[in-house]
Amino acid sequence: MKRSNAPIFWLLFGAGGMLSALLGTVLVFITGLAAPTGFTLGSDWMSYPRTLAFAQHWLGKGFLFVVIALFAWHAMHRLFHSLHDIGLHTGAIAKLVCYGGAALITLVAAAALLAIGF
Amino acid sequence: MSHGRPTTRGPYVRPMRGWWRRDPFFVRYMVREATALAVLVYAIVLTVGVVRLAQGEAAFDGWLQALRSPASLLLHAVLLLSMVVHAHSWFEIMPKTMPIIFVGGRRLAARTIQRAGWAATVAVTVVVFALALWARG
Repeated sequence: MKRSNAPIFWLLFGAGGMLSALLGTVLVFITGLAAPTGFTLGSDWMSYPRTLAFAQHWLGKGFLFVVIALFAWHAMHRLFHSLHDIGLHTGAIAKLVCYGGAALITLVAAAALLAIGF
Repeated sequence: MSHGRPTTRGPYVRPMRGWWRRDPFFVRYMVREATALAVLVYAIVLTVGVVRLAQGEAAFDGWLQALRSPASLLLHAVLLLSMVVHAHSWFEIMPKTMPIIFVGGRRLAARTIQRAGWAATVAVTVVVFALALWARG
């Protein structure tokens, strides 16, 4: 019997779901609301030199990569399985678009993070 | 019964349009699934930020400027709310998605698992925000 590739996608979905449940709220608050407005964090919290230093450190780089990749795989897997519920039964094409989209986000983020250097 | 006469009527097909609005349980299910959109949008926002960061200071400042726009702040307010809903629903279904745990011969209550999940999110939120404040310099 051919081995199913489903467990890989479910694993990424579960890991991304847990990570976004734990971190999503505070990250959106920091990068989307507090840092841009300067609320409690000051106006240069996410300035170019500071963010560059964060992304150049292996820990910051790894954190950004894991967050982006797992959030993307979680979301795309869930959206793929929800298509049926809203009346779209597109099968293989939908699978290609959803998982392909997650793979694209992962690759773009990885390439940018590598280009930033260490 | 049609007694052998060919019927002109097609078989009854239950309409599925708007099926999820029929029951609050289904509505909660669809809201839970819809939070994936927020998670996806946020992943894309961060990806654009990382790409702009790699392109240099001018590009990154443009991204920061975009984040300060009212449209972006409104978007992130919606994302924030969606993330809270996502976290809540994630832990709400966790007793059903994780392996059953027995403590002292009794099955660990769903409520306990849900509360532990919420407590973990609150703890992580406090720690991460404290780190952000500490990194203010």
